[in-house]
Amino acid sequence: MKKLMLGNEAVARGLLEAGCRVVSSYPGTPSTEITEYAAKYDEIYCEWAPNEKVATEVAFGAALSGTRSACCMKHVGLNVAADPLFTISYTGTNAGFVICVADDPGMHSSQNEQDSRHYARASKTPMLEPSDASEAKEYAKLAFELSERYDTPVLLRMCTRIAHSQCSVELCEPKQAEPREYVKNPQKYIMAPANAIKRHPVVEERQQRLTDLANSTEINKVYKGESRKLGIITSGTCYQYAREVFGDEAYILKIGMAYPLPTTLIEDFSKEVERVVVIEELDPFIEEHCKAMGIKVEGKSLFPIVGEFSQSMVREVLKGEAAGFISSRDEIPGRPPVMCAGCPHRGLFYVLGKKKITTLADIGCYTLGFAPPLNAIDSVICMGASVSGLHGFNKGAGKADKTVAVIGDSTFMHSGMTGLANIAYNGTNSTVIIVDNSITGMTGHQHNPTTGYNIKGEPAGKIDLEALCHALGINRVRVVDPYDLKAVDTAITEELAADEPSVIISRRPCALLKYVKHEKPLVVDEDKCRSCKACMKIGCPAISMKGGKAKIDETLCVGCGVCKQLCHFSAIGGDK
Amino acid sequence: MMTTNIMIVGVGGQGSLLASKLLGRLMMNEGYEVKVSEVHGMSQRGGSVVTYVRYGEKVYSPIIDKGEADFIVSFEKLEAARYAPYLKIGGAIVVNTQEIDPMPVITGATVYPESVLDNLKADGVNVYDIDALTPALEAGSSKAVNIVLMGKLAKLLGLPAEKWIQAIRESVNPKFVEMNIKAFELGYNA
Repeated sequence: MKKLMLGNEAVARGLLEAGCRVVSSYPGTPSTEITEYAAKYDEIYCEWAPNEKVATEVAFGAALSGTRSACCMKHVGLNVAADPLFTISYTGTNAGFVICVADDPGMHSSQNEQDSRHYARASKTPMLEPSDASEAKEYAKLAFELSERYDTPVLLRMCTRIAHSQCSVELCEPKQAEPREYVKNPQKYIMAPANAIKRHPVVEERQQRLTDLANSTEINKVYKGESRKLGIITSGTCYQYAREVFGDEAYILKIGMAYPLPTTLIEDFSKEVERVVVIEELDPFIEEHCKAMGIKVEGKSLFPIVGEFSQSMVREVLKGEAAGFISSRDEIPGRPPVMCAGCPHRGLFYVLGKKKITTLADIGCYTLGFAPPLNAIDSVICMGASVSGLHGFNKGAGKADKTVAVIGDSTFMHSGMTGLANIAYNGTNSTVIIVDNSITGMTGHQHNPTTGYNIKGEPAGKIDLEALCHALGINRVRVVDPYDLKAVDTAITEELAADEPSVIISRRPCALLKYVKHEKPLVVDEDKCRSCKACMKIGCPAISMKGGKAKIDETLCVGCGVCKQLCHFSAIGGDK
Repeated sequence: MMTTNIMIVGVGGQGSLLASKLLGRLMMNEGYEVKVSEVHGMSQRGGSVVTYVRYGEKVYSPIIDKGEADFIVSFEKLEAARYAPYLKIGGAIVVNTQEIDPMPVITGATVYPESVLDNLKADGVNVYDIDALTPALEAGSSKAVNIVLMGKLAKLLGLPAEKWIQAIRESVNPKFVEMNIKAFELGYNA
């Protein structure tokens, strides 16, 4: 049976067909849907872990016990999971263990454009790279086989255009993977120096065997073209762009195993053609491998390191052809993402901006607090960096009366807690604001340890944020409603003035959550509106100026009332 | 057969994913190879979003670049102008005449360009503009704007309406099938 499937759904299907039974992940675009789709299969136990390191260790533990398992994350998640990865490469596994990692060239929804292939090389872990959803399913299955055959974790590299593209996928019968017996083996699984020093040569020997595999595996495939003038080495979505442009015209070596890369296969390929060009997004990973082997190739001299590729880029660079198109006559205003109407983060950032507070923020929907007209954020680095960075900022500046950290509930559970412990332990009078919207928002509403529900929406353990902050050594913990601008202002003023560290929990559920009841849309009384634009300062997408007066779009407004608090002329009300 | 390229563009939250799902399903039913590329994550928060649908005998790339689209279906007027360079010379745009102010317009940093559709027509683009909100409301929900526009597109693609209605039955939540069929028919006959 064939089905049109998203790449991420296809990976989930591959996990099922491979007999994978445990999946632990942290959400992150473009990887999130793998775990969401896997959770729809009753055969697979799935969970959202607090972060990618935990997820990887959970999945490894399950594999160690003898059950095929996987974890899924975005590229920057692998930074968090790098610690276990490098050592699990030494221990190897018992049952198959697969790490799905999704890169985001072009940064559709990420803070950097890092290339995960470097992790495969650095941790000496094999990596497979599909070029569409159909391959994603097959490679997920192959990853488990290789994991068990070579006693290694296996990385499955996705990218945005494969994760979030659909194509026709042939469904196969799910396999029943026999659980493997767990046998105690301290020399293999206790990575104390005396054992680890003996495991390293095992890894190096495995590298050699994997390179042999790379030279012979059918997922590294040569397509013999009609002409020998050009040979293209490529992988992933770039393979599709190359085939789109060249069809059967040129020789193409499609790399399905991104690491280790083949040696003799590339050498033989390069001898068959007059000119070799490597087409790869992000870093010159294949190109440098070829050059280190002494093979003359072109790559980044022709194609950029930054951003995504496309078929037209390949066509223009290698054929010198460009499609004609009309250029728009109008100056088209940009349409950046914005906080939704009724977003509970808006009121908080409005107050922070108004009070000119230096704000170190974090990763989530609330990152949008940086954008005009709020302009209320000073730095965003990575998950948790707001809290630890604030402590350093305050130590460095020698004061803590004009700075805060802003971090979401899910991000706080992911990486904020340890930074808060550091604030309590090493003592700065820092003020940390946890924006608790009771969900992991930006990635599309996943539950987390503070929501009280698991990935299937069933009741689960619930972390009490107030009690947690107290336990981490913070005495001053208070809760405010971000729809109440005055209360937010007072809380910030008082906690910044306090002579000890404090936490403000800005608590209100995301306005998009199904259980959140919306108030009646607000209406502007045109006679009272003096066109002062005070209500425009919060950047609500429901408010605009029409005919010189403020107007509220009733299809968007959820009646949160934040704009009403800004109007000096009582022009905004609840009734027509 | 050459590959047909259709872009569905709009503002995050307008329902472009369902429209592409419907189109993908239809063309699978027709026996074509189909690739659909979507945008998830940050852009969905009220940003400009684009979905690519490609179908034909053999389709490699999942995306559409400048000068390649046969049709653009735009859920919002400004977005039609933004993506017009992706259109093939002589291509067609189906556009909802609804205006949604982007943040730079809301903050007063710039103004909403008023003449976008006229300019597109002057550039030789086949523009099919329709107020999709009114028929959507008539069908039962402002959210059905996406299917009204698919109805308009259906007329241009030339496949019989019954095949679309079949694809709607196969890809829409059963609770909303009848509403969406009504929205489709209103768009088709508009």
